[in-house]
Amino acid sequence: MTINQTGTDRVKRGMAEMQKGGVIMDVINAEQARIAEAAGAVAVMALERVPSDIRAAGGVARMADPRIMEEVMGAVTIPVMAKARIGHITEARILEAMGVDYIDESEVLTPADEEYHLRKSEFTVPFVCGCKDLGEAARRIGEGASMLRTKGEPGTGNIVEAVRHLRKVNAHVRKIVHMNEDELMTEAKLLGAPYDVLLQIKHNGKLPVVNFAAGGVATPADAALMMELGADGVFVGSGIFKSENPEKFARAIVEATTHYQDYKLLVEISKDLGIPMKGIEISRLSAQDRMQDRGW
Amino acid sequence: MVKIGVLALQGAVSEHVRSIEACGTEAVIVKSTSDLALVDGLILPGGESTAMRKLIDRYKMLTPLVEFAAAGKPMFGTCAGLILLARNLVGYDFAHIGVLKATVERNSFGRQVDSFETSLDIKDIATDFPAVFIRAPHIVEVEKEVEILATHEGRIVMVRQGHLLGCSFHPELTDDHRIIAYFTKMVKESLAKQVNV
Repeated sequence: MTINQTGTDRVKRGMAEMQKGGVIMDVINAEQARIAEAAGAVAVMALERVPSDIRAAGGVARMADPRIMEEVMGAVTIPVMAKARIGHITEARILEAMGVDYIDESEVLTPADEEYHLRKSEFTVPFVCGCKDLGEAARRIGEGASMLRTKGEPGTGNIVEAVRHLRKVNAHVRKIVHMNEDELMTEAKLLGAPYDVLLQIKHNGKLPVVNFAAGGVATPADAALMMELGADGVFVGSGIFKSENPEKFARAIVEATTHYQDYKLLVEISKDLGIPMKGIEISRLSAQDRMQDRGW
Repeated sequence: MVKIGVLALQGAVSEHVRSIEACGTEAVIVKSTSDLALVDGLILPGGESTAMRKLIDRYKMLTPLVEFAAAGKPMFGTCAGLILLARNLVGYDFAHIGVLKATVERNSFGRQVDSFETSLDIKDIATDFPAVFIRAPHIVEVEKEVEILATHEGRIVMVRQGHLLGCSFHPELTDDHRIIAYFTKMVKESLAKQVNV
């Protein structure tokens, strides 16, 4: 008799594969979760506050009250993700014990450890982590992340950082694929990346896990742009529930993500949506307000 | 040349494409009704069935999908795809494409932490098949024209009803192409039959 194996790489990474081509939406309560599901979200991220409100509130941002996750898990049948602070082993174990489907070890919250990320391979629940470049991406995979998202700059409604990070990661993946295998160890040293992850990229021609775009998606065109640039899917944080008409924005962003190269359809999708979330110019952010610089 | 489509509204599309191509068959990405007209068989991949259904409705693909099945063209649903094919869903008073005479329960093995892989014996197809179950549904009961191909811990996890095939797990997440090869054969046989008619 064969034993069921839980928490394997195939099971954890496979879960993220099922989310591809979809939109994962930040929600703060059951009502928003239902709106997201009805709009066609593939998962929701249950939070106490969306990133733009975390920015506004200041102070230390922590894992949300478990009651919020419970409420959201009870409201929808799609997977529910939740955020733990970088390096906060116990927050992550609490979320795992609650049965959330995916944990985001997230720079949107205030880091709990400024030196070490979680050893994610030890958990049964899968993790998604942020990255700005391939070195960071490979280190997170080395620690056991089953899914990546480029960081962008959360809560700004400004796509520029998300574009920068996705281009950077993908350009470097292409470089690795075309490198001579003799050169990979030195490249690993320069990137601060685990050698075996680079070797996998070289052999498979792509990252070994799914990579979504995040941090700044505010319109359907933004979501389509990230797909055009090679994202496997899109996280939308403040962009939906900080817009004038969340239902419309949510539906439009889902459609734009599926049909990102159907430009005539994008015309229709983009019409009469109302006012998107208010954006922030990145150069106006002070160093301590840049969430993307958290994590290493 | 036989063409097998993969419904590409959302989900594990590229894995199925890779698997179809590994079986030496042409794979076509199906995003619209016009794409559907080009293919001889269709795979409905894993993903989120609720998200896929919203997009099926928005692009008015439900009737064309039902007609595709009615025309005798083979369809294979994996995980979310099985949910789309089923006639009855536990806890819901509606179905999606609804052509597979079976009752399916969603997320019936639990949440993601309960997702697992195991080895399955599948009638007529494979022994020791590596089966990956992710927030998987299972088949609660079937009508008499549906043949049970595999069970796991007393639950039905793979069935065939003539030209329709469905399973709870994800063959596309492995390098074992035996199930896709079996489906490819179903598509070729159905084409041969149509030519003879």
